[in-house]
Amino acid sequence: MITLEQRAEYRKYFRNNFTRRLITDRIVKGIVFGCVVLAIVPLGSILLEIIRNGVPVLSVEFLTAPPGAVGSADPGGIGPAIQGTLLLIGMSSLIGVPVGVLGGIFLSEYGNNKYGQMIRFFNDVMAEFPTIVVGLFAFAVIVLTLGYFSILAGMFALSVIMLPIITRTTEESLKLVPVTYREAGYALGIKRSVVIFRILLTSAKSGLITGIMLSVARVAGETAPLIFTILGNDGFFSGFNQPMDALPLRIYRLANLPYDSATAQGWGGALILILIILTLNVGVRYLFLRKRGGGGRLRITTGG
Amino acid sequence: MEEVADLESQQVDKMETLTRTPIMHKSAEEPRYKLIAEDIVASYNGIEAVKKVNMKFREKAVTALIGPSGCGKTTFLRCLNRMHELTKSATVTGKVLLDGQDLYSNREDAIIHRRKIGMVFQKPNPFPTMSIYDNVAAGLKLNGVKDKKIMDQIVQGCLEMVYLWDEVKHDLKKPGMSLSGGQQQRLCIARALAIQPEVLLMDEPASALDPIATQKIEEMINELKKEYTIIIVTHNMQQAVRVSDYTGFMYLGDLVEFGETKQIFENPRNEITAKYVQGQFG
Repeated sequence: MITLEQRAEYRKYFRNNFTRRLITDRIVKGIVFGCVVLAIVPLGSILLEIIRNGVPVLSVEFLTAPPGAVGSADPGGIGPAIQGTLLLIGMSSLIGVPVGVLGGIFLSEYGNNKYGQMIRFFNDVMAEFPTIVVGLFAFAVIVLTLGYFSILAGMFALSVIMLPIITRTTEESLKLVPVTYREAGYALGIKRSVVIFRILLTSAKSGLITGIMLSVARVAGETAPLIFTILGNDGFFSGFNQPMDALPLRIYRLANLPYDSATAQGWGGALILILIILTLNVGVRYLFLRKRGGGGRLRITTGG
Repeated sequence: MEEVADLESQQVDKMETLTRTPIMHKSAEEPRYKLIAEDIVASYNGIEAVKKVNMKFREKAVTALIGPSGCGKTTFLRCLNRMHELTKSATVTGKVLLDGQDLYSNREDAIIHRRKIGMVFQKPNPFPTMSIYDNVAAGLKLNGVKDKKIMDQIVQGCLEMVYLWDEVKHDLKKPGMSLSGGQQQRLCIARALAIQPEVLLMDEPASALDPIATQKIEEMINELKKEYTIIIVTHNMQQAVRVSDYTGFMYLGDLVEFGETKQIFENPRNEITAKYVQGQFG
């Protein structure tokens, strides 16, 4: 037992200097705020600069027309690049999302063994790969085999970049689902696969979508792997086996041209790329994560 | 020839009936056991939490499992619907017979059997992404029930059985998580009832609830036992006295004593049981 005297004695050992505490508190707060500002400054200045330089070139023609001849009076637009980027995002998601999510499910639900650990390790290594290496890989596997640069090769490269990110975030968000939900599902006599797909995945939805959007944003901005795969082109989509333009590629080319109009268009392209990613992100979140009162699709007729 | 044989056999039957009468009489009185656990040994990481427990649960009665913390009663309960083995590094041996069929004989059957054995957990765990309606209907929908009308009927019926219908009938689309703790627990019981089980396992269903919600759940158990075989783990001995017909006392992984609740609490045969029910340790 601890006596009253002992308690009074023990209390003396605690720090009792409240002014110092307040000051420490202020200092820590200041440091935290300072760090936030430091982190926001580059982000804000990039955004501001892009908006300031990008907005003036925006026009219907800029968004829809193909690029004009280099150095000519009519600089044209970035229509094909926008089309290419949207196509690439969509097509690489078509492979990357299902395979990544299923991989994540495997790692989280069935990966508690050596096999799973091995996959997890290589998955992490793959996530760290320089994307230019992935581009070279796609070049060697697809472009050299087929004999031409194509949007298919680009899709392949980008989905390889997406995969490990989605796999990992899926695994992590599934692991965060409390075991009690699993047990509740099993206790209802529900099959394991149904528990995974209908209970765990929906509970982990928000993490899953964050992971997918993160990977989409990442591949949407990739340039290096595209140089080796879709090459770049001035025209609109003309077949999956044809070279194609994409925004990052177009921005890179425009920025390298020695004309002011091209540089301005580069800024415009950057602005559009950011807007596309932002719209996708917000749109997907709205579609999948809006509060439906927990499943409002169902109707029940009460009392008749 | 056949007639003679028939006659003979009839006579033999009659004779047997006559000689067996006392035994027959006894077996007629012998209650039906819904669930029988035989030699259940459950362990985590090789450490035995339940040591060779044999227990028979009577049909349409409430059996309480009591015992100090860590005595293995929850583990034992989780063996009864093969829930224990879902935990990592957990193993079970033994038999659990539901109406004479061993749950542990076949893995696929276990899923079917679980539909006959509902389970209510210590903490309310409604599915977070589902509405009140969907929570109750989850076991139906995810087990392939498609008929909306039937589903509506079952959902309403089950919510009525747990006395929740009147409280939520206008808010069925609200998230299950929006309910209070006691309501959530009754929602989970309704969810367990929706799959039309015959046995209901309850793991300290009222331990996270206030006295009023606890009382509601106890009243509900008294009502449910007319239809269901209920096995309830509880830390609260008064609760065991109030709701159960039979009580098993577990200690250090063993079933120390098992009998009618009245006998266990008023006239325990075992010394440890006596000490525990008198509150001398625990």
